Amino acid sequence: MRETLLFVAFFIVILIVVYLYRVIQGPTVFDRVLGLNGISTKSIILLVLIGTIYERVDMFIDISTGYALLNLVGSLAVAKYLEHRGSA
Amino acid sequence: MVVLASVFIFLGLVFLLIAAIGMVRLPDVYTRSHAVGLTDTWGAFFMLLGLALYQGFSLNAVKILVVLILLLFLGTVISHATVRAALRSGLKPWSKVQE
Repeated sequence: MRETLLFVAFFIVILIVVYLYRVIQGPTVFDRVLGLNGISTKSIILLVLIGTIYERVDMFIDISTGYALLNLVGSLAVAKYLEHRGSA
Repeated sequence: MVVLASVFIFLGLVFLLIAAIGMVRLPDVYTRSHAVGLTDTWGAFFMLLGLALYQGFSLNAVKILVVLILLLFLGTVISHATVRAALRSGLKPWSKVQE
């Protein structure tokens, strides 16, 4: 079972690289914000996955909860700022 | 129980793959956020559900479900906020005929 979890974690890292391509490539700044949101959601899943691989789940879940809330606040702040600055 | 967990995990993986494809292929912010917001949340939902099942019936499983519910609220709020910001700041939706 650990090998499959390892494979799944590796696959998620590949998906994160795909999102990174969109963050770099994205014409407007909103693509970048969207890409970053996607990457943070994936990294939350990756955290919990690594927790189950190392059999120390309770520590990793607290980290992912904190990171999820952090990402929420950050994304809302960026969205609120971009609303008035315009899509230059 | 473990087989069920791995089924959910791979189902979540399929959704995440669809989100990644949608993210790269689609032409505009709005279409991308439509694709990504939806499938990302679903992918995370199934993946975390599978991991919770893998833990069996314990405190860790409840904790993973808490993260799952948190992620459900979080994904929708964030994608809504970014797309509203895009609309408010005057980004025109993509249309097939480029006027």
